[in-house]
Amino acid sequence: MTDDVLLQAFVYLCAGVVFVPVAKRIGLGAVLGYLLAGVTIGPWGLGLVGTEGHEVMHFAELGIVMMLFLVGLELRPALLWGLRRPILGLGGLQVGTTALALAAAALVLGLGWKPSLAVGLILATSSTAIVLSSLAERSLLETRGGRASFSVLLFQDVSVIPILAVFPLLAATPEAAAGGGGGRSAWLSALLLFGAVAIVVLAGRFVVRPVFRFLARVRLRESFTAFALLLVVGIALLMQQVGLSPALGTFLAGVVLADSEYRHELQGDVEPFKGLLLGLFFISVGAQVDFGRIVDAPATIAGIVAGTMALKVGVLYALGAGFGLDRPARWLFALALPQIGEFAFVLVSFAERSRVFGAEIASPLVAAVAISMLLTPLLFVALERWVLPAVTEVEPEREADEIPVSDAPVVIAGHGRFGQIVGRILRANRIATTVLDLDPEIVDALGRIGIKVHYGDASRLELLHAAGCERARLFVLAIDEPAEAVEIARQVRTHFPHVPIVARARDRVHYRELRRVGVTEVHRELFAASYEAGIAALRALGYRAHTAHRLARRWRDHEERDLHELMELWGTDRDTFFARSRLAIEEAERLMSEADAGLRGERDAGWDNETLRDDATPDAAARGGAEPAG
Amino acid sequence: MAGRRVLILLAHPVFERSRVNRRLFEAVRDLDRVTVHDLYEVYPTLAIDVRREQRLLVEHDVVVFQHPFYWYSVPSILKEWQDLVLEHGWAYGAGGTRLCGKISFHAISTGAPASAYRRDGYNRFTVRELLVPCEQTAHLCGMRFLAPFVVHAALRLGSADELAPHQAAYRRVIEAVRDGRLDLDRAAAAANLNDELEALLAPREVA
Repeated sequence: MTDDVLLQAFVYLCAGVVFVPVAKRIGLGAVLGYLLAGVTIGPWGLGLVGTEGHEVMHFAELGIVMMLFLVGLELRPALLWGLRRPILGLGGLQVGTTALALAAAALVLGLGWKPSLAVGLILATSSTAIVLSSLAERSLLETRGGRASFSVLLFQDVSVIPILAVFPLLAATPEAAAGGGGGRSAWLSALLLFGAVAIVVLAGRFVVRPVFRFLARVRLRESFTAFALLLVVGIALLMQQVGLSPALGTFLAGVVLADSEYRHELQGDVEPFKGLLLGLFFISVGAQVDFGRIVDAPATIAGIVAGTMALKVGVLYALGAGFGLDRPARWLFALALPQIGEFAFVLVSFAERSRVFGAEIASPLVAAVAISMLLTPLLFVALERWVLPAVTEVEPEREADEIPVSDAPVVIAGHGRFGQIVGRILRANRIATTVLDLDPEIVDALGRIGIKVHYGDASRLELLHAAGCERARLFVLAIDEPAEAVEIARQVRTHFPHVPIVARARDRVHYRELRRVGVTEVHRELFAASYEAGIAALRALGYRAHTAHRLARRWRDHEERDLHELMELWGTDRDTFFARSRLAIEEAERLMSEADAGLRGERDAGWDNETLRDDATPDAAARGGAEPAG
Repeated sequence: MAGRRVLILLAHPVFERSRVNRRLFEAVRDLDRVTVHDLYEVYPTLAIDVRREQRLLVEHDVVVFQHPFYWYSVPSILKEWQDLVLEHGWAYGAGGTRLCGKISFHAISTGAPASAYRRDGYNRFTVRELLVPCEQTAHLCGMRFLAPFVVHAALRLGSADELAPHQAAYRRVIEAVRDGRLDLDRAAAAANLNDELEALLAPREVA
């Protein structure tokens, strides 16, 4: 590793650390923060990064790939199938209508029909990276408008492939047509393409799961993370080889793995890398805005940006209305997607190489793309501050639509003998649970009988996020490792303070530790069973069932009072604690030994007729004898 | 009509310390076609199995509630039993005809002597009057409600000798209602089943 790389890393990380929190704090969103950071360190700002920005950006595109992998993980195949209408209908119409309208505008401005069509297709795409992160950042992804936007973005990602295929045909001179095709015949390309998709689907189904299971059994967290990254990078590489979009390939892999029990662990593993790389991508976009070109032809570039975005907003709004989105969803849809996407950078350079058009068109286009991307976070701010409040009617039924579809309301960590009972009681009452367990045997067995379990270590914050702790109404902490349980309890208390915890404790000491970190519902793991056995013992000795229960209950109340009293002293001063413990034992013994009081002899005075015996004479009754009778 | 099946629902929270109820219980437990059901023993946490209780009711023709007369009423488990088992649409109300035509009465021990259960006694009402909520409950379920079998001044009865006559009387009442030898009309109208037992026993019941 050279000093240069370290220096670069230092500059990028600094920019991210300084700008992003500030941008978020003043309500501009993280994406704009990254972009501004890029502008600042770029050649036109402080000049800390120069031409190598291109390479960084290329590397950072892996962030987009990872993001789509994660999006895929969220979308089970059934859900994706349910979205087929918006994907094909909305997406197809958006790309088609926008491309044709923009091509017509270019034609009017005096370009030939071939370059015009290419320009239209390039400008029709939107930025998956910016839009999805902005929507996710504001929890808008699960709303109707968010889903419509996602559908369109998905269609655009797919449509990049045919667009790339068409460009050589649009070349000004025929001999350039071979430039981008790579020399393969159309048949072979198609065959490779389908082969690659089949590999991804089949591997996801039959290879990835056994490997995960094996790694899970070995219990090596690093190898798990490494395999998750390997999966993403490998698929991206494979897709690049056959000329498919890597993002699309990993998206597909994500969908295939969405049903798998390792989904949450995968999310937890990939998420931090995605966040960092995506940030890097946005920074490099910011750094590449070529202000020189803007200064050269400000009117042209402003015209391209304004015209394109206005036209796209119009088309999107009309399509939203046509597809039955309500007003807030329609505005969200229209204002989320009008920018020109990162694929445009790829398409412009590809078009230039294929000689569809020359630098005189390519340069202003690249500048326009970058500026439109810079404007997007601002549009989101406007949307959130002014547009949505203005168009959202205060109508409870409508709002219910906009609330994200919540996952299971209960997260259970540990599904062994303890968590299993809790989970079964909940599920018997139709309360959905998300189960996390580290034992591949349990994960496997439960998966087989149709219960949703996820392999994963609940002490990892990312996994808690992925399991939906934000939206959970209860966290059941049922793992059997005491120290780890305390750690998880602390994590949940700190990061999800609104989620109540029901916890399993090994013994009194563990009970106290869990109470110390703020868990109020703590249950000693063997207590209930031992308690029941105690009752059975009394009954076996001839006690009546009801009496045995009452005696056990009375003992239990006494025991718990003791436990709480001692807890107050725990950790303060050992001498006091042990002195008090001795006292408690003595007290219990005294209660047991006394003839007529205490735990054993205590009477239920209301049922007791001994004291009434003397009263029960006619003359005593006149003084007001009460009723209970034997 | 002969050959009724009798269900005795026993409710005593500290049965092991009981004097009267335990002896009464022992007097009838061996009878044929009599089922003795010890509620506190079967449901120690008061979690009553409603379907099981309803099945038992359907299988019997006479229901006897045997219990101490706590605060002029039934012990808490029996109240719980009434609240849960006598369901609307099953025991009463539209379609609630499953108990129609059955016979029920209470077998009670009281702390106070008989003289306390009079206008001028310190309990001011008769046992029969105090049982009105139970009587109305039976009535609403279409059951024939008979006078109670009462053992008064239970606290002063200690020895086996003192209790023997009560045991014998209880056994005769249960046998009579089981075999159709109890005059139901007179038993329904009486103040209790103990005082005029001989008069209530018909050689052959007139239904």
